[in-house]
Amino acid sequence: MPQQSAETLASQQKTTSRRPAGTLYRGREGMWSWVLHRITGVAIFFFLLVHILDTALVRVSPEAYNGVISSYQTPIMGLGETALVAAIVFHAFNGLRIILIDFWNAKYQKVMFYVVIGLWVVTMLAFVPRHLMNVFSD
Amino acid sequence: MSTATATPPAVPEEIQSFTVTLIIRRFNPEVDAEPHWEDFDVQLYPTDRVLDALHKIKWEQDGSLSFRRSCAHGICGSDAMRINGRNRLACKTLIKDLDITKPVYVEAIKGLPLEKDLIVDMEPFFDSFRAVQPFLVSQQAPKDGKERIQTVAQRERFDDTTKCILCAACTSSCPVFWTDGQYFGPAAIVNAHRFIFDSRDDNAAVRLDILNDKEGVWRCRTTFNCTEACPRGIQVTQAISEVKQAMVRGLK
Repeated sequence: MPQQSAETLASQQKTTSRRPAGTLYRGREGMWSWVLHRITGVAIFFFLLVHILDTALVRVSPEAYNGVISSYQTPIMGLGETALVAAIVFHAFNGLRIILIDFWNAKYQKVMFYVVIGLWVVTMLAFVPRHLMNVFSD
Repeated sequence: MSTATATPPAVPEEIQSFTVTLIIRRFNPEVDAEPHWEDFDVQLYPTDRVLDALHKIKWEQDGSLSFRRSCAHGICGSDAMRINGRNRLACKTLIKDLDITKPVYVEAIKGLPLEKDLIVDMEPFFDSFRAVQPFLVSQQAPKDGKERIQTVAQRERFDDTTKCILCAACTSSCPVFWTDGQYFGPAAIVNAHRFIFDSRDDNAAVRLDILNDKEGVWRCRTTFNCTEACPRGIQVTQAISEVKQAMVRGLK
């Protein structure tokens, strides 16, 4: 028994001395676009959940609703909105890319990924300065 | 050690060999509770393959190193493994194509039960393969008792998916398969595609029905890891989306 535990201890020490869980799979554009799509998707889901809850509050008590909404008018929430729009814009464009892969042609997936990134940058360039001016002006 | 091996036949210019460090993820189920990394220094030529490095380790340094290989020429599909984080055949990965200034990481393919060192249990993989009926099913007898004739275009339709060697590099590169072992996986869909689009076959509807499932083609999240991993260059994701389209639009 003590011998066995010493052995497992030794193997655990060996394991922790290097990256224990195996290397991260080095996928390319396709895999990272999927990872981003999943992260933004889950984030948007939780936003919608909270959004539906705070909107539903108006039926419970309009005063409470007004209180909650006014608590959103802070610079931190303004930056949060920027992140939200960034996530939605990526998710939307990449969703179109996935539809095209499935029902048009998978050959151009890499090009389409960079098109998605390009469209995302253009959209964000148009949105972010105006939004931040609104957030920080008053 | 080096004097014994460094006597190649008189070549015009002596080809330089390098010391390459391989870090291999070892696991002995009889001793280890968990896999661990072990490094080996091997003297190799740029034209050597990762499989040669594994042979040298097994034959000269540590005979307990376990891995599968049969033909060693990229046909049998036995030696798929994760080399520097990507699924490759050890017998088709040349040392000169790797960055040997850094150690080369070698580990078993992911998502299938690890048995020992670089060997995994392939049975779940073959189960999905069997489930799609990867054989010709024909209702009518061939004309005049001879072979079933196809046009060049009909043969071309499924040419890409005939190349599969069942090495599991694609299926074990799929993030969906890692987390959901019930998913058929790219290799099974590729082999279904090979018969679905074969003009001589009559069972396409059955195969489409098998794959038109929550754990069938619709689990594919188009990460393209399979296409990138395939040692035969099969456009795996394209094949999967062709099967998806056949379900929605019907066979053309």
